[in-house]
Amino acid sequence: MAAGMLRFITCGSVDDGKSTLLGRLLYDAGMLADDQLEALRRDSHKRGGEALDFALVTDGLDAEREQGITIDVAWRYFHTARRSFIVGDCPGHEQYTRNMATGASQVDLAVVLVDARKGLLPQTRRHTYICALLGIRRVILAVNKMDLVGLDADVYASIVEPYRALAASLGIESVSALPVVAPDGDNVGLRSERMPWYQGPSLIELLETLDVEVAPAARFRLPVQWVNRPDQSFRGYAGTVCGGRVAVGDEVLVQPGGRQARVERIVGPSADLADAVAGQAITLCLDRELDISRGDVIAAAAQPAPIADQFGCHLVWFGDAPLLPNRSYLLRLGTATVNARVTAIKHKVDVNTQAPLAARRLELNEVGYCNIDLDRPLAFERYADDRTLGGFILIDRQSNATVACGMLDFALHRAANIHWQHTDVDKSTRALAKGQQPLCLWFTGLSGAGKSTIANLVERRLAAQGYHTYLLDGDNLRLGLNVDLGFTAEARVENVRRVAEVGQLMVDAGLVVLVCVISPFASEREFARGRFAEGEFVEVFVDTPLAECEQRDPKGLYAKARAGQISNFTGIDSPYERPTAPELHLHAEGQRAEQLAEQVLAYLQGRLG
Amino acid sequence: MQGLSHLDDLEAESIQILREVFACFRRPVMLYSIGKDSTVLLHLLRKASRPARPPLPLLHVDTTWKFREMIAFRDRVAAEGDVEMLVHINQDGVRQGISPLTHGSAVHTDVMKTQGLKQALDRYRFDAAIGGARRDEEKSRAKERVFSFRSAQHRWDPKQQRPELWQAWNTRIREGESVRVFPLSNWTELDVWEYIRREQIDVVPLYFAKERPVVMRDGALIMVDDERFVLREGERIEQRRVRFRTLGCYPLTGAIESQADSLDAIIEEMRASRSSERQGRIIDHDGASSMEKKKQEGYF
Repeated sequence: MAAGMLRFITCGSVDDGKSTLLGRLLYDAGMLADDQLEALRRDSHKRGGEALDFALVTDGLDAEREQGITIDVAWRYFHTARRSFIVGDCPGHEQYTRNMATGASQVDLAVVLVDARKGLLPQTRRHTYICALLGIRRVILAVNKMDLVGLDADVYASIVEPYRALAASLGIESVSALPVVAPDGDNVGLRSERMPWYQGPSLIELLETLDVEVAPAARFRLPVQWVNRPDQSFRGYAGTVCGGRVAVGDEVLVQPGGRQARVERIVGPSADLADAVAGQAITLCLDRELDISRGDVIAAAAQPAPIADQFGCHLVWFGDAPLLPNRSYLLRLGTATVNARVTAIKHKVDVNTQAPLAARRLELNEVGYCNIDLDRPLAFERYADDRTLGGFILIDRQSNATVACGMLDFALHRAANIHWQHTDVDKSTRALAKGQQPLCLWFTGLSGAGKSTIANLVERRLAAQGYHTYLLDGDNLRLGLNVDLGFTAEARVENVRRVAEVGQLMVDAGLVVLVCVISPFASEREFARGRFAEGEFVEVFVDTPLAECEQRDPKGLYAKARAGQISNFTGIDSPYERPTAPELHLHAEGQRAEQLAEQVLAYLQGRLG
Repeated sequence: MQGLSHLDDLEAESIQILREVFACFRRPVMLYSIGKDSTVLLHLLRKASRPARPPLPLLHVDTTWKFREMIAFRDRVAAEGDVEMLVHINQDGVRQGISPLTHGSAVHTDVMKTQGLKQALDRYRFDAAIGGARRDEEKSRAKERVFSFRSAQHRWDPKQQRPELWQAWNTRIREGESVRVFPLSNWTELDVWEYIRREQIDVVPLYFAKERPVVMRDGALIMVDDERFVLREGERIEQRRVRFRTLGCYPLTGAIESQADSLDAIIEEMRASRSSERQGRIIDHDGASSMEKKKQEGYF
């Protein structure tokens, strides 16, 4: 008897009869109760049908019932005498790669549906590719609607053979195929009598007996999820073992730091345990006090996980807004959350053909191979070896939306070969020599808001008082350092990143830096802030209404933008995300630049040493 | 290596979800409805924080129409003393005299349950509310996330829900927003009962068959639990051997005739059962897709 539970997904489009197959599966497994069957009969009649429309069993939400499509992954539960099942119903529509990836991340097996009349379609290839990308190694191919091709064994063979080749080429290790007629139940619960040429098991029999036990990674890994410390007498590290086995007395390593300790106690759900294996939610107590927090990984001391901060990875993009290289996102891997930037899109993947295509951004439902940089190193595994320490999500810093999932491939060792060169003279020494406290004033606002004018006045006054200053003007930098950048969203992200880096170097040099860039996106301003020490970054929002900026139009740019001569102009056809909590908010309407400069100087009073 | 059993697997998954709440939220709460799912959830909550006490309180939104045996059970749980039990009653509803008998199930549920819950969440400013809902309970729940996102107005928008990959949950919210968390998402009704049996968990006695005073009303067997229940013309109270599959407000909860007076018998009955769990719940039948609408309005 197969132990435990089988989690699988079904993939295919509405036309393939996927919902019908699933409904029939639940029916044949005896999972539809009398009142549900009654509701099904009623609903089937309402739709004008005489026979039971099994698709109605699983189509849940009003919106999709009306549109006749399944818009999200739906999870269903059933059991037979031999096994319990959790099945995810994944919509097959072109734009729903996201849902397939979501469903596939939770399971070990996929049932791929094909319409016998149509054979292998681009979407069949797409579904199989996404399954393989998310680490599914076993597939059941259900060739449906066999009644519409005369229950012909040759038609069946002409689909199954090429599919096996396709699946193998994508990295699927095992394919089981069977012919079905979903509405009538042929080969769903019982073997079909109409297709004697098929001698194999029915779908339910296959599901009951397939061995999908994935060999758990041999090396012990526990991502620390929660530090349980109710009082001084107890300190335990709670988490779910994602690989290997741990026993009391084992030597372990806390990563990425690399401190070693011995396991003193394993607290299980009901009692203390002598050992624990992958899948168990436990709490570890160690023999010495270490500073361990959520996001650390406790690993077997003899077999530690690799550590890196730069990776090659596949990304599946979910966001409505495209992926912009160099924008800072939050990355969650295991239980750790860090800042991350995609530094390069090596190529995107045509999900229908797997052909690599050149790309500068990734749009919703696109898959790409990318390089990604983290702001601190993490313990990881290749996704192929460990889904928990190899699979991550990206979160938009502003909306908190989950905008991508990623699968780590391997570490890039560029960073490992470049070490920060220690210098004896540091920031505080340089600041001391100048007799000032360095900081960065970051002026943000629309074009024509008065950023440069105000900053210029402030700098003159500071210079007159003997401070060492430098004004970094966005326009001036675009004539030199940033001459290669345009005004698309991607280019703006990179522009601000470079300005932030230069500003940071200047602060490190001990200067008071005044930066004037529109910097329209909150994410990049947050990134810039993150480059500076606490208190060193002063965001100055020059808040001038668009109408006033447009009226001033010192460079004639608004007129050109309105005339359609320049595009991607902030405030006209490109957004400006207003700062929500700037250190200084200058309400510029009706104020002279001198008055606003006074406000900045007043803020700086006592802060420059 | 021997794999984990099906119940071990579900238990570990639920504990992991609960610990995620402990680690990622500032003001979490567990909604406690006294029923079997809440009872299992509380059991898991204690396991998740072992050997410490659960690091969050329970909240019972009392509609004032629960079975007396439920309230007695709740008070016993509270008396165990390891978790704080908050009880909230919508006093506006009490003042208006809202009753399922006179206002009907829709108004009563909205005012005493949905509005009451929102009041309590706002009052304590909880940012995560753990509930015992399961995806197998009802069609519209099949797509519910484990971490289900709610706006500052407590609204559930199917389009704003986040994809959930692996166990890499996205728990980030802004001030005022909140999540509902469902650690029992992947459990079925049968799993719940088998787990109760395995772990020998005490549940409200109403789940076990016994002679009880009931009235047949609108096709459902309603238990006469106190003197507020007024008989309609032609109705009479009979003693029947009944039990409940789900528990809620007594005038809105249908009993089933049953001989199952032990956990073994309940599980046996369920395996042979030909009707679904929520059939006894009157609120589900208020309109087509009524549960989906209630959810959008903020019902659990």
